[in-house]
Amino acid sequence: MRKELGTFALLVVLCIVVAVLNPRFLSPANLQNMARLIGMYGIFSIGSGIVIITGGIDLSVGSIFALLGVLLSIMLTEWHVPGALAVTAVIAVTTGLGLLHGLLVTKVRIQPFIVTLCGLLFYRGLARFIAGDETKGFGSGGFEALRNLATGSLFYIPMPFILMIIIGVVMWVVLHRSVYGRYLYAVGRNEVAARYSGINSPAIIASAYVLSGLLAGVAGVVLAFYTNSISPSSHGNFYELYGIAAAVLGGCSLRGGEGSVIGIIIGAALLQVLQNLVNLLGIPSSLNFAVMGAVILLGVIADQLLQRRSVAK
Amino acid sequence: MSSPILEMKGISKRFPGVIALDSVDLEVYPGEIVALSGENGAGKSTLMKILGGVYQPDAGQMRIDGQEVVIRSVSDAISRGIGFIHQELNVLDNLNIGENVFLGREPLWGWPLRLVDRRKIHAQTETYLKRLGLDVPSETPLRNLSLAQQQMVEIAKSLSLDARILIMDEPTSSLTLTETERLLEVTKDLRAHGVSIIYISHRLGEIQELADRVVVLRDGRNAGSLAREEINHDNIVKLMVGRDLNHFYEHPQTAPQPPCVEVQNLRTRRYPHTAVSFDIRKGEVLGFAGLVGAGRSEVAQAIFGVDAPLSGTVRLEGESIKISSPQDAIAHGIYLVPEDRRNSGLILEVPIRENITLPALSRYAAAGLIEYDKEEKVAAEMCRKLNIKAPSIEARAGNLSGGNQQKVVLAKWLSLDPKVLIFDEPTRGIDVGAKAEIYQLMRRLAESGVAIMMISSDMEEILGESDRVGVMHEGRLTGILERDQCSEEAIMRLAVGKQ
Repeated sequence: MRKELGTFALLVVLCIVVAVLNPRFLSPANLQNMARLIGMYGIFSIGSGIVIITGGIDLSVGSIFALLGVLLSIMLTEWHVPGALAVTAVIAVTTGLGLLHGLLVTKVRIQPFIVTLCGLLFYRGLARFIAGDETKGFGSGGFEALRNLATGSLFYIPMPFILMIIIGVVMWVVLHRSVYGRYLYAVGRNEVAARYSGINSPAIIASAYVLSGLLAGVAGVVLAFYTNSISPSSHGNFYELYGIAAAVLGGCSLRGGEGSVIGIIIGAALLQVLQNLVNLLGIPSSLNFAVMGAVILLGVIADQLLQRRSVAK
Repeated sequence: MSSPILEMKGISKRFPGVIALDSVDLEVYPGEIVALSGENGAGKSTLMKILGGVYQPDAGQMRIDGQEVVIRSVSDAISRGIGFIHQELNVLDNLNIGENVFLGREPLWGWPLRLVDRRKIHAQTETYLKRLGLDVPSETPLRNLSLAQQQMVEIAKSLSLDARILIMDEPTSSLTLTETERLLEVTKDLRAHGVSIIYISHRLGEIQELADRVVVLRDGRNAGSLAREEINHDNIVKLMVGRDLNHFYEHPQTAPQPPCVEVQNLRTRRYPHTAVSFDIRKGEVLGFAGLVGAGRSEVAQAIFGVDAPLSGTVRLEGESIKISSPQDAIAHGIYLVPEDRRNSGLILEVPIRENITLPALSRYAAAGLIEYDKEEKVAAEMCRKLNIKAPSIEARAGNLSGGNQQKVVLAKWLSLDPKVLIFDEPTRGIDVGAKAEIYQLMRRLAESGVAIMMISSDMEEILGESDRVGVMHEGRLTGILERDQCSEEAIMRLAVGKQ
């Protein structure tokens, strides 16, 4: 809990600083837009975090977004598949890819980094090939229900944010209150001891990649309609790293066994506030990544120093 | 008598919430082996870590050769001639012997290129190896050596650092009988060369054989010391626990029961060409003796399903069962208390509660969600039943002493209903008090009808606790001895492969 509190404090401090320097930060339009992005990033960050909790990593998320966007666009605009069916199909595809990653990690025993790195390369290439390297999209009309999922609001609260809250609550129960969640952390802490306690650790580990694929699918649908145009060579670039960064900021350890849903969501929010800060404070947008990297590094250093002090006491 | 090489006076050390050492004294004379004894948590390790420069004392003085010294760091300790052989070996298995011995202070040549002088490293290392009676070339990679040989490499490293005071912390805990003998010889030889040795061991037999003096700590204070002629099992135990221990070895007395498990023609991956058959009766403790690497743990792991057997059948209460994973074994009431409790038995970073309930968590859950009050009740009950000493059930398993950790591993299985319980080295590295408790538990379980298989490399334990003893040698079960046939000689004969 301590780590989550630290990240939360950092988030609050940043919000105050930005709000003081530029009051536009608190304008309804800005807050709404930020909440929309937090929702979208939060959803797949939870998936990345779950994989990290088992001691693995999922680098394929960004490319999965591109593949999903291209497939969804083709299904809806070229094949005229009904919306619900198309969405179900693409989410099934990404979930299936998650299962494939899980099986490669647990049955073939390839390191998660390698499995999902190959996924990152492969799905990006596949998306570009399927789209003939052309930008796909959904046009300016139609698919209102789906569009609403990405750009709509309910009582001024953006839909993606609401979606994230619902998914967050469900995943919080799954991770922190269920037997399955306990197994997930146990496997991440010490897979051997978990196996000796009768836990089917390969199945648990594989399931984390399935969940990551599922959540990437949901977030991918929202992202596709949010951008409304999918250029297969850049759509979703670096998103896997945002997910990992959010999870790490939120208290997940890359060694596994640590982290919480609330922490991951706070981490995702922190990343968005940083993006917003760059825009609002007139920092050249080319420095975007540099600011993000610097703040994450400073946060981790501060955490280390505090930890060392509390140990020394 | 000559003056002491080392004097520690009034050493105190406080950790948050505990006084680890309260004004402890220790003197060591040149060429003397001092055994440092005490239960786990008595302060032995803390005292040695202060001497080794790992911790700073809060109070007290240290003198080496009569000179007052302050040891600020590990390298400080090394430069004052203090060598520390830790229980867990500190060698790198990707390097060879010589590279390990000279790690961090490699002799150089070819200025200004600063190349490592391999020839010098190996030549010097060979002389240390010869002195220690280790007959392997210095270029041998560490991973090709046995644990005992790796330990010799550590000792060679200390010798190369001109250690005059050598701390040995449980040096024999993972060695076989013959390797232990060898190490004891080397230790005596070092003493003959004037090295002073502080020897920590739970094995009272070794202390009896080696020590010139025993210093016993209890609860962070000096409990007393014994001179050479006073050293015996009873005296040491008395000082350690501050009371007499009855029931240390309870002798079993049970009528033969029908077999509970029958293992037939079991072949393990490690020894694919030898099949093992035996049975364990209801209510008996079947000891498994043999040298380390004889294949005993592999048999246990095959029965438990960790490493599924290549072939063979297991019958439980007359019915043939198929075990291909620990889940299968657990479903049939067959449980394993593994050898390596810190890695295989427990998740050190999580609370005692979560460790105890892990194997049967779904029993304390409804619709997949954990019912915390049920879980807590079971964990608290097991802690009470097994007398686990911990601040609360929320304490991390890693913060407990070895004995209490082992009890937590046991609690995992006793909260279910065991039919067959396999212990692999149940009391390794555990203090006398907790040992006695674990033996009593084992006996009580057997009396309640559980079939127990107990793998042990501790001869006293095998002789004292088993109803029958199976002996293995290189994958073969060379014999099963009835209680009245058991003797150290009979077991050793079978363990080295003589029929």
